[in-house]
Amino acid sequence: MSRYFTDRLAKYLVFIAGTVSFVILLAIAVFIIKGGIPAFEQIGILNFIFGTEWRPGQDQFGILAMIVGSIVVTVGSLILAIPLGIACAILLAEVAPHRVRQFLRPAVELLVGIPSVVYGLVGLVLLVPAIRQIGGNGFSVLGASIVLMAMVLPTIISISEDSIRALPSHYKEGALALGATQWQTIWKVLLPAARSGIGASVVLGMGRAVGETMAMIMVIGNSIVFPKSPLDPARTLTGNIAVEINYATGVHESALFATGIVLFVFIILLNSIAVVTLKRGTHVQAAA
Amino acid sequence: MSIFKKMSARFMPLFVVALVIALAAVGCSQPSTAPTSSPTSTPELSGEITIAGSTTVQPVSEMLAEAFKVMHPKVNIVVQGGGSSVGVKSASEGTVNIGAASREVKENEKGLGLNEFVIARDGIAIVVHPSQTVKGLTRIQVRDIFAGKITNWSEVGGANKSIHIVAREEGSGTRSAFEEMVMSEDALIAKEAILQPSNGAIRTTVAGDPDSIGFLSFGYLDSSVKAVDINGIGATVENAKSGTYPIVRPLLYLTKSQPSGLVKAYIDFVLSPEGQEIVSKDYLSVN
Repeated sequence: MSRYFTDRLAKYLVFIAGTVSFVILLAIAVFIIKGGIPAFEQIGILNFIFGTEWRPGQDQFGILAMIVGSIVVTVGSLILAIPLGIACAILLAEVAPHRVRQFLRPAVELLVGIPSVVYGLVGLVLLVPAIRQIGGNGFSVLGASIVLMAMVLPTIISISEDSIRALPSHYKEGALALGATQWQTIWKVLLPAARSGIGASVVLGMGRAVGETMAMIMVIGNSIVFPKSPLDPARTLTGNIAVEINYATGVHESALFATGIVLFVFIILLNSIAVVTLKRGTHVQAAA
Repeated sequence: MSIFKKMSARFMPLFVVALVIALAAVGCSQPSTAPTSSPTSTPELSGEITIAGSTTVQPVSEMLAEAFKVMHPKVNIVVQGGGSSVGVKSASEGTVNIGAASREVKENEKGLGLNEFVIARDGIAIVVHPSQTVKGLTRIQVRDIFAGKITNWSEVGGANKSIHIVAREEGSGTRSAFEEMVMSEDALIAKEAILQPSNGAIRTTVAGDPDSIGFLSFGYLDSSVKAVDINGIGATVENAKSGTYPIVRPLLYLTKSQPSGLVKAYIDFVLSPEGQEIVSKDYLSVN
């Protein structure tokens, strides 16, 4: 009796925990949508998403510049982070001697734990003045991308490393036995075989990049412009909310909630892509 | 697998209940914050006053409230922030006794019929990096710089360097006041401006960039930035008080109806010599 009771109790508790987290997600979604609907009604959904002017004082609410800003810094950070991250994952999974790995791995994991405001501070103090020497005023897409790269790297490294390690050992053994060098094995066999995991790591990294707020506000300048060069300032969707919510009222406030809806849709899309790439990969692997 | 399926069937009602509760909680999101004052005209003052609005006015309101509470221990004064627009809105809706604003009441807000009390004035300084050779600008030059029409320091007598504009975000009372006093309908703050979300962040940004220009409340001036003369007038408290310095904004208390009882006693105190002495620690007193 008591054994089964514990069993059942555990099931209940676990299930309640699951329900709670789902309800939280749902509540957030409902809350954001409820807050954003008045803005969609007053501004019009197309005017809102494709509008190029954001001047709440003049009743102009177009977030296209912010959408572009978010995409540009995200892509910029990935261009920097993907080669570095995959190279580092190869190092950790295949190349580095055990002792190096023992030191490097926790170091990479520690990168995740650093609060984003600290990344922003370092960016503000080091990167912004350095970039000012190249041109512009220092607050730039370039600086934001570099800061984001540092924040995205741990995600890409650890998931890519895991997916390389998870490959069946006969892949590597077979390649080496056929006379391939270590580099040929990594480049021609292991990386292609692990591509779904690597792809997922990139998409998850992208999710982090799109959602990052505090560090972005500190280094990107928050200007509402379409960046024409990496040295131009920009504003991200998250930054738009965080910078303006303090004083926003009425339609302005609602428009910021609507910005949140757009962001929400963005993240859902990215996560779906991640799930699909991971799934497709497992099928390929199972077939192989 | 089948265990899980069975479980989900059994837990379905629980799940639905949880959903309903969550939705209901979201549904009644706005708890009404009715004013809780009970103005009395008896000599022994008691009750509560709520003040909300401008974050520029907030610190001075807190100091004034403390001093008032020392005189009238039975009175409680709650001071909240929210920004000037919140101050105007909540005063007109009657959710607070006093709304605070650090800018003039806008044309479209005049219709709300609020009573305005100027409790202090605050100058807005135009600040540059300490190494900047440009010492003074005209108000028109400041407007053209912030509108992006003048883009190089050489156009206003400085070095051949492009100007980096730093401004506050939309909704900020300091920005609204600056726009109202310096900018115009056809000369809005340029989109290229770097936007920072606080006076402190503006100061840090300007202090770090030799080619930048920004605007700051007088209360935030220090040696890390240099305030330029406007129309040949230095950005000093004396000049702002005498009315010669052109960029000065009022700090306002707003009430929905003609104040009476406790609220009147508090506002009278704020405008009295004792109250104004407290105000003058940070801002310009009004008499």
